[in-house]
Formats: sequence, structure tokens, C-alpha cells
Amino acid sequence: MSLPDLLSSMEYGPAPESAALAGSWLDARARRFGLFVGGLFRSGSGGASFESYNPSTGQPIAILTQADEADVDRAVRSARRAQPRWSALGGHARARYLYALSRQIQKNARLFAVLETLDNGKPIRETRDIDVPLVARHLLHHAGWAQVADELMEREGLGPVGVCGQVIPWNFPLLMLAWKIAPALAMGNTVVLKPAEYTSLTALLFAETCRAVGLPSGVVNIVTGDGETGRAIVAHPGFDKVAFTGSTEVGRAIRTVTAGTGKKLSLELGGKSAFIVFEDADFDSAIEGLVDAIWFNQGQVCCAGSRLLIQEGVAERFLAKLRARMATLRVGDPLDKAVDIGAIVAPVQLTRIKELVEKGRSEGAELYQPPCACPSEGWFFPPTLLTNVHPASTVAQVEIFGPVLVAMTFRTPDEAVRLANDTVYGLAASVWTENVGVAHDVAARLVAGTVWVNCTNRFDAASGFGGYRESGFGREGGREGLYEYLAPTTEPSAPPSRSTRPRVQTAVGELDVTHKLYVGGAQVRPDSGYSLTIGGEAFARANRKDVRNAVEAARKAQPGWAKSTAHLRAQVLYYLAENLEAERGLLVEALRFGGDSDASAAAEFDATLRTLFEFAARADKYDGSVHAVPGRILCYTRNEPMGVLGVVCPDSPSLLGLVRPLAAGLAMGNAVVALASSANPLPAARLYRVLDASDVPHGVANLLTGLREEVVPTLADHDGIESCWSFVGDWDAEIERRSAGNLKRTWTGRSVRAGVDEFLRQATQVKNVWVPYGA
Amino acid sequence: MHPSPKRVDFDLRNPGMGLDLGWVEEARANRSAIEHRAATLPGRRTVKNRWQAAWLVRAIECLDLTTLGGDDTAGTVRRLCAKARGPIREDLRQGLGLPEIRVGAVCVYHAFVETAVESLAGSGIPVAAVSTGFPHGLNPLSERVREIEASVRAGAAEIDIVIRREHALAGDWSALYDEVRAFREACGDAHLKTILATGELGTLSNVARASLVCMMAGADFIKTSTGKESVNATLPVGLVMARSIRDYAERTGFRVGYKPAGGIRTAKQSLDWLILMKEELDRPWLTPKLFRIGASSLLTDIERQLEHFVTGRYSADFRHPSP
Repeated sequence: MSLPDLLSSMEYGPAPESAALAGSWLDARARRFGLFVGGLFRSGSGGASFESYNPSTGQPIAILTQADEADVDRAVRSARRAQPRWSALGGHARARYLYALSRQIQKNARLFAVLETLDNGKPIRETRDIDVPLVARHLLHHAGWAQVADELMEREGLGPVGVCGQVIPWNFPLLMLAWKIAPALAMGNTVVLKPAEYTSLTALLFAETCRAVGLPSGVVNIVTGDGETGRAIVAHPGFDKVAFTGSTEVGRAIRTVTAGTGKKLSLELGGKSAFIVFEDADFDSAIEGLVDAIWFNQGQVCCAGSRLLIQEGVAERFLAKLRARMATLRVGDPLDKAVDIGAIVAPVQLTRIKELVEKGRSEGAELYQPPCACPSEGWFFPPTLLTNVHPASTVAQVEIFGPVLVAMTFRTPDEAVRLANDTVYGLAASVWTENVGVAHDVAARLVAGTVWVNCTNRFDAASGFGGYRESGFGREGGREGLYEYLAPTTEPSAPPSRSTRPRVQTAVGELDVTHKLYVGGAQVRPDSGYSLTIGGEAFARANRKDVRNAVEAARKAQPGWAKSTAHLRAQVLYYLAENLEAERGLLVEALRFGGDSDASAAAEFDATLRTLFEFAARADKYDGSVHAVPGRILCYTRNEPMGVLGVVCPDSPSLLGLVRPLAAGLAMGNAVVALASSANPLPAARLYRVLDASDVPHGVANLLTGLREEVVPTLADHDGIESCWSFVGDWDAEIERRSAGNLKRTWTGRSVRAGVDEFLRQATQVKNVWVPYGA
Repeated sequence: MHPSPKRVDFDLRNPGMGLDLGWVEEARANRSAIEHRAATLPGRRTVKNRWQAAWLVRAIECLDLTTLGGDDTAGTVRRLCAKARGPIREDLRQGLGLPEIRVGAVCVYHAFVETAVESLAGSGIPVAAVSTGFPHGLNPLSERVREIEASVRAGAAEIDIVIRREHALAGDWSALYDEVRAFREACGDAHLKTILATGELGTLSNVARASLVCMMAGADFIKTSTGKESVNATLPVGLVMARSIRDYAERTGFRVGYKPAGGIRTAKQSLDWLILMKEELDRPWLTPKLFRIGASSLLTDIERQLEHFVTGRYSADFRHPSP
């Protein structure tokens, strides 16, 4: 075309990023890659291999090794050998390596970016301007955490977890690698990482980088392969921790497989994140936000703002502007520097997107796709808007993982929150309003690990990222992310439950005493109509329906309790201590009923009072922080209550073992359903009378007595419980296995005497709220 | 509440409309989100090779070649006009395969309107006069109106007026509206460009509101700056103004032009502004009819880039006659 022609069309024209150097890099390795184990590239033991494709052409670009169980085992042994020395190097030495890795990423930034685009299909604009800079930032930030690790570990009584198995997805291949490897290495762990089978190349380039900086052999091991390799990692007994990012379905399977193994687990799973636009928002900016929310990385983002909620009165005008904006999105060759939407990673994903969009249309959704020319080869899908969608529609509930936005309306802030939270997921949300009061209120009420106010899809190493509900648990980034790679070094683990039976029956009241359950603030008889006789005393024998009732009461009470002031919660706990002290004689006697000596009963009683003070003290002090993310952004954390806690208390100590988890839960705004000691339920039976007199709102504290086999399975299964704690070792596996149903958090294998901070961390989940500001 | 979107002949001049205060006051501009968009836009779009050359030529065609120095003389104005007629070297023009190329307008103080009109006779290049107590806009209203009338009589086809910032800063939108309306009437057939002096409006919301009020009052163009404020044309301000223009077009059917001015000195910057127009508005705003860049030294940098395109060698500024 001549210049005058171009002047009349004023089109952008092609602006391709050269793939030549990435091609040379691949060619120099004959486009064949082994496994990176023990600091060396090795062939796989089984000889199996698979191809990696360029999604924008559909052509294979490299042959990768399929790691089998033997390969994984070799990698684990290599990581195991390396771990003690890596940890013993100390924080400063590890910081030097992480710093070097960060700098190497920067020095080879364009090669990483081009390779990622070739392998994944996402636009070079994103790999160049977002993925790779965030990788360098993550490594550098964690070099800093490594530097301060020694002091942090000593102060908090923590150490490395050990050897970590990490399985990452294909949507941000290198970035997810950095999110996994950086905190693990910083805290003295070693890793075996499996990149997704579609996108392994940048991980292999990273492996070369590890060699280049002289990282000790075995600290980072990279095994390639498909889901079978992932299964081998998850099942391998040699890991101390498994970290997974991917689908909720696979996360659930991993939770089940790892149940009872003692492996620490973190899961970063799916989402269906809400994007809420209030009538006073800056519409044009909100629309650009949507572009970054759902058309970033072809919508293949776990935290994609895929559910648009618009205030009803302005919906039509907003949607008209949105459709106009969609028409200027450019779909095409991801190596073109002026392309917004690249290729979908694999045909199977493309098929799924198409099927779900069809499903949406068949349920009555109206489809809008701008006229745009998708390339004929490769795997592309145009930006898509579905309107006439309702909360009950499949496309409003199911994660599509593609460039597909569904739009709905709301009338009031309350309704916006309700609709936004109407999902099993809880990964992220975005709120657009110029009203600061509305913004912070809605941010607080959204059930999501990250809330972006007047922005979206912002990430930084200093801010923790992770989900609520079935979006998984654990955080990546920030101080909160470090704890995923730390384990207590000082506290003893929970001993297996002893079936201690009361030794003596001391003088219990002369009149017949009726022990009940404490549910919803009422002293109730067990549904079963049966008692449990221990030491001659008849205790209420809870069954599944009592669990149901208790959880129902807890769910009803918890939001109000969480909304009450921390000052009030502290006051209630102090008051409980006061009233408990008044009943000292009865409680000490109850402990002696379980066989404790006078001295140990008295000591436990004193410890219990102290515990109430410890958690009352922290109720208004375990507060959030402000993260130092780059830019003019207030990024604050909220330590929010988990919700409803199910607690399986130890047999012994029977009073402290009940009160300590209860106090921790209540202090942070949770409601608790606790199953008291089976060996000695008497302290519980006496405690609820004190609770009843101590201004504890009805339903916030629910105490059950009975047989574990009749209570724990229902508790661990219950979808209305957000976290289940067990201080009874032999139930851990069962609880963890059953928790997979709603991916409730679990806390097992620890003593009820664990530190206050550990309790508080378990009683809360961290929400990060991003608020860019500017006059 | 809002006029429903209209379909009218886009070649018609914006007639303006009654002041719609509800519309003005609901305008929102979130600074952080706008700055984020502005910061990432140049990374999302780019033009290369022949396309880049074409876009740079278009930037020249949209150029309001400007001299607004207290030390301007008839001689410097004539020199500028000569450059306006032949903005790039003849060999480069031929190398680019262009039959002709000229700038969008020449912009001067009232005192030099006649000189410029004379110098540009037969070229078809309009003369724009800055007016209404430029750059402060604080002369008595009657004087400011008379100033416009005088420049129009002297042959100016375009009048770049400055608004009285006080009206925007105090939120007295009807006062702003009335003044601009009066300026528009004084312009007659001459086109009215309203300079908002965005660097002195304090907030982006004020920029959005002032933009809307000026368009309602009948502005043919809205323009960022006089070039005399400490902050002049920035991409965030450009986004706000372009979006206001889009909103106005959506609701009234009339297209208003846009002119960033001040601080645009490099070819890359001029491409960023053209990209902003294409992305936020549309193809029609990529012509001098609806887009101008107020600049003077910019031209030399564009000439250097065009020479590089034609010869393959990086150029130097002294190879191109200064404006």
C-alpha cells in the first residue's frame, strides 16, 4: 500500500515482535527438553514425551519429557538431599540467589516474554509489560524476605516446611512459577515444580537460569508432564507440602489425596469474580477496567472479572458504551505488539468456551461479539458479552475461563453484595464507585480474597493473593504468603487421643443433674434422646441433627458477631473470664472428675483464664496492615473471620482444649461449633452455663458433647462450616478427606497449646483491598 | 433526562445546546484509573514502518504551527508561514510519494493575523488567532468579545479563546456557558476553539465538566492549554477530554474537534496522541477537521523520523529548516 492509501485508511498495520532469538534458543536445544533434576537436565526414565504447541498457529514448537513416578521420585530425593544445606545457608545467602534470579529475569526479559507468548498464545504486550516484570519483582521482593528470614523465624518459632511439590497452571506459566518458587526458596524450602503440559518452556528457561546463577543442585527441580505427573507429585510421600494452582475440581481431588498425610497444602483455584459498577462510577474508566478484567489473557484468568453487575438505572447506557469499546479490541497474532487478545491455549479449552457460550444462548442469553476478524489458523475466540443473564443461568455460575463476560443488574448496594456473593467461589471482586463510603463498605462485605476498588487485576509481590470459599486457601505474596512455606519448630504436635476414662467420681451434686447441649444460646436436649454415661454421669449425646442445628444457629449469629466491635468481643471474653473465675470451684471439680490431680486441675483452670485474657487482648489488635505496593495505591489487608468454625476438642486438657479454640474463634468474629472432650465432657457441661451468663450472643458459641464418630463426619462434611480444626490426631485424615466437599480450611496435627499468633492466623483469612487514589 | 442519541449529518458544525447542568455535574473522572489507562495505552498500540510514516505525515497535517512569543515579529511570523507551506523538505516529500503536504493551521497573536493571512495567501492554510485576553482570560468581557471580532475581521478563520478558570474552579458553569456562548456568536463563521487551561483546573472532573460546558456553548474544538501553564497537554487530560467529546457525540450527534497543545515535542508523542484519538474516538478524529496539535518544535523531530524512513539513516535536526 502506498503512503496516500495508508493516510486514507489510518490503520495500525502490523507490528510484529521478532521471534528469531527465541527460535534460536529452541533450535540450539534441538527443540527437545529433558527434566531438570539435581541441577542437571536428564532424560526421563520411561522415555515418553509429548509436544508443546504454539496456540496462535496450532503448530508444535518443542518436544518435552513426560516425567513418570520414578522421575518424580528422583526429583524428590534430590530436593530432599538439598534441603538441609539450603536451609542452613541462612537468609542472606538465599537472598543473594533470589536477587541473582531476579536480575537474570530482567536481563533476559524479552526472551522470556517472547517464549511465553509462543508457548501460551497470550499477547506480547502482556508478557512483556506484565508477566515478566512481575516475575522479576516477585523474586526481588522475596530476596528481601530471605534476608529477614532468620530473624522472622526465630521470633515466631518457625522454620522451613521442607520439600515442596508445586503444580502450576498454563495461564501465567512463568509468573505462577515465581509465585511458587520465590517464597519457598526464601524460607529455606526446596521444590519440585511441574509446569502445565501446554506451557513448560519458560520453566525450562528458568531452570537454565538457576544453573546460570549457581543455585545449589536440587534446590529447584522441574519435571514436565501432564496430569499423570501431577498425580505422581501429589501422591508422593516425600513431600512436606503441596501447592497447587488450577481448577477447583483438581484442587478438590488433591485435598482428598493428601488428606491425613500431614502434608501442608495450599490451593489457588477457580473463580467467578464480580465486577460491580455503581451509578456514580466513572463509566469510561470502568469499561477500561472491564477490558483488563475479562479480556486480559483471553479471559483465562482465575480472578477474571467475569460477572458484570451494573446498577439498573444506568445499565443500558453503560452497556452501549461497553459494546462500542469491544469493537476496538484487536484479536490476532499475539506476537503483534498492538494486539489485545491472543490465542486460547489449547483446542480443548476453546471447545469448552464455545460449549458454554452455546449453553448460555440456549438458556436465553443475548450474545454480542464485535465484528472482528479472528485469524483462521490457531485457536482464537472473539470478545463476547452475554446479556439477559440471571444469577441462575449456567454462564453466571460456571467459570468459563475465556473472553466471555456476563452482565446482570442490581438496584442497591445491598443487592450488589448479595448477588456478588452468590457463588461458591471467592477469589476476587472489583468495585467501581466515586463514593468512598460505598467503596470500603462493599469491599468489606464481599466474600473474596482480593477486592479491587476502581481498578482490576492488579498484582504485586507485596500483596497476598488467594481465595475464600472454593477458590482455595493459602495466600501467595506479601507477609501472609510466607506462612504457607513455614512450619512451627517449637510447638509439639497433637498427641493421638487417649481414651482416658475418669478415674474417680468425686462428689457431684446430690440432686440429679441434667447435662445438655448448648445450641443457639439455648440448653437443649440431644435430638437422639440418648445419653452418654461417663464416670457415672450422663452427658448429652449429640448426633448429626444436633450438628445441623448448631451450624444453623452459628451461621445465623456469625455475621452480627463479626460486625460487632472488637471492643465488644474483647469485653465479652473478659466477662466470660470473670464469670468463669466465679465458678472456679465447679470447674476445678469438673477437671478432677476427669482424673486430674488437684494441682493439675488448678493449673489448667488458671491457664484457661489466662487464655481468655490472651485472646480478649488480641481481639482489637490483630489488625490488618498496609502493603507497600508500587504506585499511588492504598493496599490494605483485612484479617476477616473465617465464618463458622467446627472444632474437635482434645480429650485432654478438657477445659483449656475447649476454651482456647473457642476464645480464638470468638475474638476474631467467628462463630464456633465445638465438640468437647469425649473423655471428660463435664467441663463443657459446666462451661455452657457460664457462657449463658456472659453476654455471648446466642449461636456464637455452640457446645456439643457426644461420640466423635457420631459428630465429626457431619461436622467435616458440612458445607456451612468454613474451617474445621481438630486437636485429635486420629481424626485428621477423615476431616481432611471430608473437607474436600466445600474445600473448607482444616487445621490439624497441632497442639491446642499452639501459640496465640498461630491460632489467630487460623481464625482469620486475609483480604487484600486495593484502592488507587488521586484527587 | 439526557437527549436521546441522534443521527445527524456529522459534517454540520456543532450548534451547541442549552446548558444541561445535570449532565455536567454527573461527569466523573477517576484520576488513578485514567492515569493507568494513559500509562498503558502507548504499550498497547504502536505503528511501525510505512504505517508509522503515514501517521507522522498525518500528525504534520494536524499541526497548528504556533508562535506565541512576546518577541514575535512580522519576520518570525513570515518564516513560520513559509514552513507551514512546505513543512518537510521537497526531497523527503517526493521520497514519501506525496503530492503535497501542508500543516493544519498557523496560530499567532492577533497582532500578526494580517501578516500571516498575507503570507499564506493561496495556500488554503487557515490562520488561527489566540484571543480573549490570552493566556489569562481576565480582560473585561466586552473587550474579549471585541478582540474576537477584530481577529475575524483581520482574516482569522479560527479563534482560540481561553476560558476564565475562575468559573470552572468555582463551579459557576452557567457563567462559563454564557461567556463561551458570547464568544461563539462573536466568531460568526470562524471556528471556535476553547482553551481550558487544564493545568489550572485542579481536577480531572473539572476538566470533564468544563469540556462539556464548552461544547454545549457551541465550541468547534476543545483545547487543553495555552502552552503558558506549568502543566500542559498530558495524556490523562487528553483521555478525559476525548471521552467528553465522545459522550457529547453519543448524546447530541455532533462531533467536536480536539486540540492538545503545549509540551508535545517528539514524534513519538504525536503518535501517542493520534493513537489516543483512534482508540477513544474514532477514525474521523484522525483528520485536521477534528484534530489538531498545537506545537512548534515538534515538526523538526517528525522531519527527522521521516528522513530516517526515506533514507534508512538516522537524521539530525540541522538537516531540516527550522520553523
